[in-house]
Amino acid sequence: MDGAGTAGEMSLLLLSLAASTVRLAAPLVLAALAGLYAERSGVVDIGLEGKMLAAAFAGAAVAALTGSAALGLGAGIAAALVLALLHGVAAIAGGADQIVSGMALNLIAAGATPSLASAWFGQRGTTPPLPAGARFGPITLPLAQSLGEVPIAGRVYTTIISGHSLPVYLAWLAVPLTAFVLSYTGFGLRLRAVGESPEAVNAAGLSVARLRFTALAVNGVLCGLAGVCLSMAQGNGFLRDMSAGRGYLALAALIFGKWRPWPVLAACLLFAAADAVQARLQGVILPGIGAVPVQLIQALPYMITVVILAGLVGMARPPRALGKPYPPIR
Amino acid sequence: MTRRLYRVLATLLVPAASVATALAAVAGLVLITGEAPSRALCTLLRGALGDPEGIGYTLFYATDYVFAGLAVALPFQAGLFNIGGEGQAALGGLGATLVVLGLGNLPAPIVLVLAVIGAVGFGAAWAFVPAVLLARRGSHLVITTIMFNFLAAALMTWLLVEVLMAPGQSALETRTFPPRLWLPTLADITAGTRFDAGEAPLNPMAFLALLAAAFYWVLLHRTPLGYEIRAAGLNPLAAQAAGMRVPRIIMLVVCGGGAVAGLIAVNELFGSQHRLTADITAGAGFTGIAVALLGRNHPVGIVFAAVLFGTLNQGGAALSFDMPGITRDVVTVAEGVVIFVCGMLDGVARGHIGRFLRTLWMAPARQAR
Repeated sequence: MDGAGTAGEMSLLLLSLAASTVRLAAPLVLAALAGLYAERSGVVDIGLEGKMLAAAFAGAAVAALTGSAALGLGAGIAAALVLALLHGVAAIAGGADQIVSGMALNLIAAGATPSLASAWFGQRGTTPPLPAGARFGPITLPLAQSLGEVPIAGRVYTTIISGHSLPVYLAWLAVPLTAFVLSYTGFGLRLRAVGESPEAVNAAGLSVARLRFTALAVNGVLCGLAGVCLSMAQGNGFLRDMSAGRGYLALAALIFGKWRPWPVLAACLLFAAADAVQARLQGVILPGIGAVPVQLIQALPYMITVVILAGLVGMARPPRALGKPYPPIR
Repeated sequence: MTRRLYRVLATLLVPAASVATALAAVAGLVLITGEAPSRALCTLLRGALGDPEGIGYTLFYATDYVFAGLAVALPFQAGLFNIGGEGQAALGGLGATLVVLGLGNLPAPIVLVLAVIGAVGFGAAWAFVPAVLLARRGSHLVITTIMFNFLAAALMTWLLVEVLMAPGQSALETRTFPPRLWLPTLADITAGTRFDAGEAPLNPMAFLALLAAAFYWVLLHRTPLGYEIRAAGLNPLAAQAAGMRVPRIIMLVVCGGGAVAGLIAVNELFGSQHRLTADITAGAGFTGIAVALLGRNHPVGIVFAAVLFGTLNQGGAALSFDMPGITRDVVTVAEGVVIFVCGMLDGVARGHIGRFLRTLWMAPARQAR
């Protein structure tokens, strides 16, 4: 009886951990896929963080002012798109160092969002809480209520798969879509080609700049979704520095996933699971181990990335033309 | 001719244009809050340079930024980008604090010298792993140093929570250093005189910053090692072919950058804060990127750029005090804009945009379908 009780508790805990992993992974997946489009086209993007933050703010601000989630979503995407195109102007047209311009966008977003928030809403760098209609609430999938009684599959369906918000489902859709686009569409093949050998793409009569700008436009849309996911689905309004390093974490997932959609998804899930576990273990004392240092779990994704970059566990090979302006600077 | 033109453009016009754009961006933000930009500029300048206290604070921040700028500029001379100043400075603070907590009973000058050595050593040590990974395995320095910033933050929080936090305290900080270890500040020296500098924490580390900048110039331009560093930056393959050991140069400049970053912590800990917290740098490491870019990696330029950002930081504090709608975050925006415009104009000055436009005209005349 006692054993059955703890087993039941265990499965409940696992179910809720899985559900929060799915939820926490969504912004990471969106941002990492955004980075994937940019970097497979040969443009380094360390500006994911800034674009997410700008989108989170713009989305929450517009949603708070208009009371419309759709308008907020549009504003969030527009804000990230503007920053992505600025990155393109500097990196593709201007030949600027792509690390420099990405870093610049991160700082601009980090400074401008709380400044604008306090200018418009006078609340120390936050936006007012969103009314119900202005955020993306949980969507209950069909049959979730009735299937909840079915032992395993039903429970999984009801708690893990159903009940997430729109951006979370979009994140999950974006992975197979990206995998398909990269492997089976002309655009995807050209995109990969321009990241490996822009000279060849140019010789084939295609515009390197146009392809890279298109990649950055997709990048902006995905970053916009990621930011909106933070402030309008998981959060309830914009908070100062609410992306909290997730843009860099997404970059780490992109490297860990070796610039491929499915492995990137796996990396994001791993990092999100670490986050979910870490939140549960705060202050918990495990028998035999003692208090778990939550900072260690938080640091895990960064350690993994360094190990991967060191080439100790499988070499991560970036796109060959990554970070190099075209035509090359002499 | 074009080379000469580029030099003039790069040394004068690029910094001027980027500062002008940054000020315009800040003015835009000020306008949005409904204040007059001209009045904001006056408040900013008066707050930063209007009295001895303001000047003292401005130069105190500038001291941080000279170290942070050099931490970026030194590796940059070898063609490497060190974004890890934040983490390296945090670890530098740890090194200095461990010296104080462990050997704090020794005479003050000895403790201070050991603390500087501790900060420099820990800063360099934190840069060591990214440096080795780059030199031996070719791992991208930008990504590894970003990761090491996060690792440093986690490590510092863990150490403060578990080991270093002062007993019987709820704030995440060590116990306060004994006052005999505090560096004399401008405030101490001028107290009671006509030039009373209030609380200004400007301290002798400012001279060390100038000394470091001078040392940086001598190292690069008057020593064989500096020649090798610059050669490796211009063309690593040619440097390797000429018999220079490029991996060794990489190790030296990256660890050197980490060492200088550690000095930010000494300025903050012994000049102003007197206790270790989780965030002693307050973003100075990132400001260093703007300082190095704006100063064109030249020591004089770096000192000027550091004073400029010191002015903005201190003036920004005065501004947020006077005009409640404006926060110090506008300084971060200014840094970002400076970095963006510098990077952009750098490419433009190298003639990239011309070649870019030509590819638009010529190569893909008809898009192949």
